[in-house]
Amino acid sequence: MQIELRDHTSLLRAGMAPITAVFATLVICSALILWAGVPVLEAYALLFKGAFGSAFALKETFTRSIPLMLTGLAVAVAFRSKFYNIGAEGQLYAGALASVYFGTGLIDLPAFIMVPFLLLVGALAGGALLLVPVLLKTKLKVDEVVTTLLLNFVMLLMVSYLIEGPWRDPMAMGWPQTASIVDNGVLPALLAKGRLHAGLIVALLAAILVWAVMRFTVLGYEIKAVGFNAKAAEFSGINVNKTVIYTALISGGLAGIAGVSEVAGLKGYLTLDLSPGFGYTGVAVAMLARLHPLSVVPAALFLSAIYVGADSMSRAVNIPTYIADVLVGVSVLAILVCVMLTQYKIRFRS
Amino acid sequence: MSELIDILLTTGFWAATIRIVSPLVFGTLGELICERAGVLNLGIEGIMTVGAMSGWMWVYQGGDLWGGVLFAASMGALFGLLHATFTVHLCLSQHVTGIGITLFASSLSYFVYRMLLPSATTPPKIEPFQNYPIPFLSDIPMIGEALFTQTPLTYLAILCVPVVWYVLHRTPIGLAVRMAGENPVAVEAQGINVLSVRTGAVMVGSALMAVGGAFITMSWFDAFYFGMVNGRGWICVALVIFASWKPGKALLGALLFAGLEAMQVRAQLSSGAVIPYQFFLMLPYVMSILAMIVMARKAKYPQALLVPYRRGERV
Amino acid sequence: MSTLSFKQITKRFGSLTANDSITLSLGDSEIMALLGENGAGKTTLMNILFGHYVADEGSIEIDGKTLPSGSTEAAIEAGVGMVHQHFTLADNLTVIENIVLGTECLWSWRHDMTAARRKLIGMSEAYSLAIEPDALVADLSVGERQRVEIMKALYRDARILILDEPTAVLTPQETENLFITLRSLTDKGLSVIFISHKLHEILAISDHVAVLRRGKIVGTIKTVDADRNGLAEMMVGKAVTRPRLESMEPGAPILTISGLSAASSDKLPLLKGIDLTIHAHEIIGIAGVAGNGQTALADVLSGLNRQYSGILELQGKTLTDAGPSEFVARGIGRIPEDRHARGMIGDMAIWENLISEDLRSEQVSKWKTIIRKKAAIERAEHLIDSYDVRCKGPLAQTKLLSGGNIQKLILARALSPNPDFILANQPVRGLDEGAIAYVHEQLFAARKRGAAILLISEDLDELLSLCDRIAVIYQGKLSSALPTSARTVTELGLMMAGQTIQATSESEGQTNSVTRSKGEIHAN
Repeated sequence: MQIELRDHTSLLRAGMAPITAVFATLVICSALILWAGVPVLEAYALLFKGAFGSAFALKETFTRSIPLMLTGLAVAVAFRSKFYNIGAEGQLYAGALASVYFGTGLIDLPAFIMVPFLLLVGALAGGALLLVPVLLKTKLKVDEVVTTLLLNFVMLLMVSYLIEGPWRDPMAMGWPQTASIVDNGVLPALLAKGRLHAGLIVALLAAILVWAVMRFTVLGYEIKAVGFNAKAAEFSGINVNKTVIYTALISGGLAGIAGVSEVAGLKGYLTLDLSPGFGYTGVAVAMLARLHPLSVVPAALFLSAIYVGADSMSRAVNIPTYIADVLVGVSVLAILVCVMLTQYKIRFRS
Repeated sequence: MSELIDILLTTGFWAATIRIVSPLVFGTLGELICERAGVLNLGIEGIMTVGAMSGWMWVYQGGDLWGGVLFAASMGALFGLLHATFTVHLCLSQHVTGIGITLFASSLSYFVYRMLLPSATTPPKIEPFQNYPIPFLSDIPMIGEALFTQTPLTYLAILCVPVVWYVLHRTPIGLAVRMAGENPVAVEAQGINVLSVRTGAVMVGSALMAVGGAFITMSWFDAFYFGMVNGRGWICVALVIFASWKPGKALLGALLFAGLEAMQVRAQLSSGAVIPYQFFLMLPYVMSILAMIVMARKAKYPQALLVPYRRGERV
Repeated sequence: MSTLSFKQITKRFGSLTANDSITLSLGDSEIMALLGENGAGKTTLMNILFGHYVADEGSIEIDGKTLPSGSTEAAIEAGVGMVHQHFTLADNLTVIENIVLGTECLWSWRHDMTAARRKLIGMSEAYSLAIEPDALVADLSVGERQRVEIMKALYRDARILILDEPTAVLTPQETENLFITLRSLTDKGLSVIFISHKLHEILAISDHVAVLRRGKIVGTIKTVDADRNGLAEMMVGKAVTRPRLESMEPGAPILTISGLSAASSDKLPLLKGIDLTIHAHEIIGIAGVAGNGQTALADVLSGLNRQYSGILELQGKTLTDAGPSEFVARGIGRIPEDRHARGMIGDMAIWENLISEDLRSEQVSKWKTIIRKKAAIERAEHLIDSYDVRCKGPLAQTKLLSGGNIQKLILARALSPNPDFILANQPVRGLDEGAIAYVHEQLFAARKRGAAILLISEDLDELLSLCDRIAVIYQGKLSSALPTSARTVTELGLMMAGQTIQATSESEGQTNSVTRSKGEIHAN
């Protein structure tokens, strides 16, 4: 078996890649559903219903998609310049910590300043955390994959320490959690009932902003150039190190905002289980979106639907909720193959 | 400070160190083999989870321990084959494939576990490997207990170090593997199929990784918990760089880390509430980052690491 | 009976027919030259012989037996040995490890290094090819590496040796040594296929010549019956005229380099006190074997390397601490050595690549942040037109273009701002005759306009025909730049190999005192 470059790539084929990948994922994972003894179509129907079948479900799906949009954007931006940021999870928590630090009573500002302020400090915290691996890469050529990953574990332990120790909410009846964000800092709810909050607006705005930067600005050009061919970019006069650092600040910042959004929009306070792996799922979101900022939105909604739908499905039939994680993992592998197939064809030789 | 020295002088500490080092040795050797052939295998975390679950499950379902180890190894090799298909044959991104496999392999392990044990609230246990004292050697004071009274899997881990070294540096197949990681065109020019060599190396490396995972559930603890591997896979990736892709150095690096981990449990107990336990737990991860920093400048990467080989493409 | 024969070999890559029904034969003790310009299909044919590619049609016979296709192992078994153009050696391993790979059964328990060593030393003496088995390849010079490549083939009992452009990286003297080796090999019964596009070498070494053009054999001729013009015409298909240098008075000094020294990140000296002045209306050539500091010099003159000591002055004003963007803004045009790795970003569109060097200029971006896409596309259209680039339009992806067209884009980008100084680093490497002529024309036109041009090239012929003055770089030191008319190939060859020369010409009064050494050349 070997691969061969196609003569030309049609735009249609390129656009179909995520859809083909999703379809392939569903087919492959149907094997697991069959093993659980559930008819495949029934299971997927339950999944769909659980994600979109009622007003409540829809609201949940959108709510859960907010952090995925933001981490998806974070990963997409980084991957574009071939900077493999797998540390979105840790950067998310960094943003959450910053929002707790500033937002639980340290300062109080009117709401229309407080909210952007918390978002800003969250972004700075996320960016600052990613600054360590990125500087290690630019100055010392240390591979960023492992450093960003290891920092996730460090961050989680740091959160655990702070929540159980100095930042513990004395009024929380023994549960390890922080104090609540002050009223002015809370992201307002978007609808009367349900948990959907203004974080969605933030995420959508972020997607549009990132798209605009990538499409129209010199910085966006430089990020893409460095990702495609860093040597040629350097030759043209692009400062590769600076570009990678800016990319990291944006990427970490977006992940940090995801953390703020979850704390100040959804839960109100910080617990250790704030993120069930949003940072890692963000990688899947970014890949399914083929690293395009605007495509991150539907990709995030899709993956959020999988989680929300799987929750509901597992209550109806006996399929472990881990099916959602398996679907996500398979989709990463599937999209890799499908994107490749838009540019290459596979030839089987004897 | 004197407490530290006290700890260092106890046999219990050294015994724990050797025990803790075993999964790290398997994982690091496994990753080392993959990278020597030119393939970065970021699926290690997931593959170790697969090994942990499948080896344990084999025993839980009534099989014997060594059968479980073999089963875990073959599961690892299978995922290695998947990784190689993507990265070696289809030339897809080694970074993203690895992460995808970690996500897929871990979640599949948890799914299978839940399917086979749906109602387990407390994780059930198996009868793990028992310590097997080596006659005569285990009677030596201190060293005897620390080094020669371990489980057979630990002995296997230590044995793997010279074996892997020998195969890589003294056999023709090892030369082919190393050459594949330095200049794949040179391998083809001598009539050897680079894709096969790389695929084989990744499968063998992944099998070792899986055995490392199996060690945790079959020789160290006796049950399978979620999140068991806990980042050890990533630490192994850092250790490979720290070891400059040499098996002997890999053992030394792993010992250093294992020592740290063994130390932190004991130091926690003695320092009590002064330093929160989380900071002790952070040590291995922070040290891994430091290890990578230290070796970054001097690292002599296999020259074809991360470079896919495309046959028959117009040169 | 012929030892080797190709029968109607055809190979296609997509819509391109690289080899079209090729039929050739080679006998014992013969040296056959395969001549053709870049892209003619020579390397493809050899790759088919050696099993790297599989032919779509046709077959190959060795000693009357059909060679199984697509298997390098089978080719080696049949006695074919190949010395690749880009050496297939692993730097981090030793010579003997590189040679021994693949010669033993893969599944045996151990290397038999002693036997291998004995055989290697024996062969080395028999063929008079000096070899050090335990040396690390990374430490070897280019000429030494080539010897290892040849030994690798001979060790496997090759009887048909293929050499792909072997002299590209050798000095004239080393080339002579190679020819002596080849003749001794053929005396022992080996046959040799010698791929080259260098006419004088082919005439010197081969017994007969097969000429390839656009994938077809256009003729085979006995070398004794051949002459340069005839071969050149067969190779290109029409009377070949590369543009000729018209003499011109040099103008004011444009670029002055004084005492330029630079070191690698490992503190190894790469450039040692280089002095050079290039004037308007002048092309100065730098000759040298690859790895003597050309890359370091090019990096400094491109603005890529700011860690150097010494002074660079462009029209009287220093260039310290300036990066590539400032270089371009100050009027320096750069043609990089490797158009795919450094010159163009293949995945980007043509219009995007053409604005890459002046992203923050007023014409390309508003407020230095927003890209003026329309203006950029217009610029691209204009340049595609004036430089005759064959493509589907400014929006097409750059990597789909042929090598020649990509080089035209690079020229367009570098030359259209009418720079005062042009750095051309291996500008015609890998191009066909038509593209080569175009590039040379553009350089001459720039020279006529008044630009100062520095041409770094590994092709002595190119330098001799293009440059007003030539200097030689050896181990980081630059000789003085003397007029081309005062130079001979022999002299240049000796200087490229680092041997002491008496100053035989007028000018600066400096003797070219480059001390003699063992010819150790470190590859960059």
